[in-house]
Amino acid sequence: MPALLEIRGLTVEFTTSRGILRAVDRVDMDVAEGEVLGVVGESGSGKSVSMLALMGLLGSNAKLTADRLAFAGTDLLTLTPRQRRKLVGKDVAMIFQEPTTSLNPCFTVGFQIVEALKEHMGGTRKWRRDRAVELLNLVGIPDPGARLNAFPHQLSGGMNQRVMIAMAIACQPRLLIADEPTTALDVTIQAQILELLTRLQRQHNMAMVLITHDMAVVSETAQRVQVMYAGQLVETRSADDLFSRPRHPYTAALLSSLPEHAERRARLATIPGLVPGIGDRPVGCLFSPRCAHANDRCRAERPDLYRDPEGLARCFYPLDDSGRPEGVAA
Amino acid sequence: MSEAAATPTPQTEPVSAPLTPAREVWLHFRQNKGAMIGMYFIIALVIVAILADLLAPHSPIVQYREALLVPPVFQDGGSWRFILGTDDIGRDILSRLIHGARLSIIIGFIVVFLSLGFGVVLGLSAAFARGTVEILIMRLMDIMLALPSLLLAIVIVAILGPGLFNAMIAVSIVSLPHFTRLARASAMSELTREYVSSARIAGAGTLRLMFRTVLPNCMAPLIVQATLGFSNAILDAAALGFLGLGAQPPTPEWGTMLAGSLQYVQRAWWVVTFPGLAILLTVLAFNLMGDGLRDALDPKLKR
Amino acid sequence: MTVVMEAKGVRRYYEVKKGMLAKAATVRAVDGVSFTLEAGRTLAIVGESGCGKSSLARVLAMLEPPSDGELLIDGLPTLAPEADRRVALRRAVQMVFQNPYGSLNPRHTVGRILEEPLEINTDLSRDQRAEAARAILARVGLRPEAYGRYPHMFSGGQRQRIAIARALMLKPRVVIADEPVSALDISIQGQILNLLMDLQEELRLAYIFVSHDLGVVHHIADEVMVMYLGRPVEHGETGLLFDRPAHPYTRALLGSRPRIQTGANKIPRKTLSGELPSPLRPPPGCAFHQRCTFATELCKRDRPELRQVEGRAVACHHAETVLGGAD
Repeated sequence: MPALLEIRGLTVEFTTSRGILRAVDRVDMDVAEGEVLGVVGESGSGKSVSMLALMGLLGSNAKLTADRLAFAGTDLLTLTPRQRRKLVGKDVAMIFQEPTTSLNPCFTVGFQIVEALKEHMGGTRKWRRDRAVELLNLVGIPDPGARLNAFPHQLSGGMNQRVMIAMAIACQPRLLIADEPTTALDVTIQAQILELLTRLQRQHNMAMVLITHDMAVVSETAQRVQVMYAGQLVETRSADDLFSRPRHPYTAALLSSLPEHAERRARLATIPGLVPGIGDRPVGCLFSPRCAHANDRCRAERPDLYRDPEGLARCFYPLDDSGRPEGVAA
Repeated sequence: MSEAAATPTPQTEPVSAPLTPAREVWLHFRQNKGAMIGMYFIIALVIVAILADLLAPHSPIVQYREALLVPPVFQDGGSWRFILGTDDIGRDILSRLIHGARLSIIIGFIVVFLSLGFGVVLGLSAAFARGTVEILIMRLMDIMLALPSLLLAIVIVAILGPGLFNAMIAVSIVSLPHFTRLARASAMSELTREYVSSARIAGAGTLRLMFRTVLPNCMAPLIVQATLGFSNAILDAAALGFLGLGAQPPTPEWGTMLAGSLQYVQRAWWVVTFPGLAILLTVLAFNLMGDGLRDALDPKLKR
Repeated sequence: MTVVMEAKGVRRYYEVKKGMLAKAATVRAVDGVSFTLEAGRTLAIVGESGCGKSSLARVLAMLEPPSDGELLIDGLPTLAPEADRRVALRRAVQMVFQNPYGSLNPRHTVGRILEEPLEINTDLSRDQRAEAARAILARVGLRPEAYGRYPHMFSGGQRQRIAIARALMLKPRVVIADEPVSALDISIQGQILNLLMDLQEELRLAYIFVSHDLGVVHHIADEVMVMYLGRPVEHGETGLLFDRPAHPYTRALLGSRPRIQTGANKIPRKTLSGELPSPLRPPPGCAFHQRCTFATELCKRDRPELRQVEGRAVACHHAETVLGGAD
């Protein structure tokens, strides 16, 4: 399949009062037409920043560099952020974690959808209104005609997220970036929204990048998963392989720290320490200070992404099927 | 080191590099050139005010009858004896300005002290008590805000009688509503934060909650308002002095100096210009510093 | 077994004004909650936002008085008129909040945050207080340097450790944890949960664990109370409720939980239709009937009361059907 989105060596650096923070460190990403890619990581892993960078939504203190940044064959690097937003705005849509703050509280839901349509699709006033009703219907909002006149604060979080999704799919994008779309929602609503996203994705053969920290959500939704840690891509492979046979110790540690994987009331497996910040990035592998298997080589050298039969892992000693590092004596 | 790092569950976690809140504010503040200039000017002004007796070449109230309306040194007829010239009754303008700086600083300080103090108490009471107390306090403040501030100050001075101290009280009362409203608004937003609930669970009483828990977190906007209030106070006191309701002659207060020499503005520009310039620069310096403080304190609050 | 906390029909109502002229409406945020909690045990309170679990937590922490009903700590009523006894009871219940960024006073050092409860409630000298604070810092896994630092210098997980340390300063019998790990990353969640469990065993603490995360609740809680629109709908031992839920809502909550699945035949989530009705206008009859697949005419008319069914309390007319029915 041809890649719809192609990212090579994406780096984002922020200038802060305490020095330069490399939030995204040479990240590669390919998303094929109609594919669902899950991006997993903890806070500070750079998973959201990389997508905001793609959309041209970063502040002025951010510096973006990349070897290649292409959407549907068009090189985005040569465009100004403004041109990029215009091009990307129609074919790439994004939804965010907090539906209530992502919508403008001063305007009705209908007005905001109609504006999005006007910007990218044109059409008559009547057509836009009908389309807005159709969209609200599509995302499962009851009584859509009346809801057009509702303000965001009159709707629940789940309803607002549906409105955000309606706006996102209004121009029939080819790629939808969903940044923690269900984190702020309750479990039952979360399930509804994920079901909706998956349904729309299939119906429109839309590619989707699902950014989340929730491993279970990814395992149910995504076909392929990328795991990020401290700005780097540490592992990528199919969802089935990743969740049944993780190769990178970080992925394995994350999975085993879930309460679902532990005996009731037993102590949970944890990853000691913290994600490295500005001042304490280790010289070697970024995960080495927290890794249970790290040795002197890990602490001295940074590993590349190494190819294995099913995917890539940034580790000198990737774990084998039994969960033990390869080529290391116990 | 390598052993410790590889231990699966260490008992302690590393703590990130320390930077006290005050130092962080200072780092931000330092980047603002205007604010730094304002601050240096204010420091210089304070030093001048403190050392007024040593710095001033003459007494501020001695009249040199032989040297009426002498122009400043750089103009024809000027001399080094009176660097900025003399006024209509022969007093040295530079000396009067230097002593006036002392007065202005004292006025600013007392006014801000009074209005900040009472404003904080009233504002916090309104935020904590709610109900009738809040309505009473806030409507009173609204009424005070509805009157033009100078008019209100004039009324108060008219009741209390003219004089520098009464002028200061009048200006304090006039600027009270700003502090009260600000204190109430920031206290109310702090009251919804969980650390206030934590303090309640720890058993903290209302007074402790007000002044030890909540107040320090409301200080940032209040400090900014106080800095800006300083300049307002100086300006309002000068205005009252100009109207003859503030400091009485021969007190070398800048506004009074302006008022006393108004009829010579055509003949001797220096009598009016220098006090006016002193007021302008001082107010500007305080405003620059206040803006700088606001920028430095705000991002800290948002984090 | 010593009962440390007992709630008898606790209710908490709020008046909501809608405009100047409209009559104030009453929101029944907590509408009749009863339970007993023994030392060393954990009761989880589960539900979606708006179900009243946070209001209940505030009542149990004595931040707000109950509008009706009674709350007893160590068998003594908390609404006792004697002020000194109330103060003593208040010390027995401490709280850990969800957001570790908001629950620590940003202008106070960690040492001062930890010592404040002692300063208010005890006669300990300054040195004794500092010693106690340092001891507890070590206990929750923080370095001694933390004592003189400000909260913003710590990560979310470390702050939550500080919040837990503060809750322990007065040696409470009950700790109310309101979503203590939901703002934290997965790897940090485990650390905090482990700490909570260690402390519980060491100090025989009783926990009220408010959460929407069923995975965490299943792991840590001894018994679970599921709430819907201010009322408990099911209450019983954790294993029992998770294995064989008797209330359709409990069942729906469990069914809509995401699970790590691999392979070709993933079990689709059972999603629940509709949303929580407005607490201002609760539906007649069973509050859940509009979203319930088991609902009958009876449910629209009569509100089910809690009753004992197979070892747990459940408020559903059709609990037996739910228990007996296939998926």
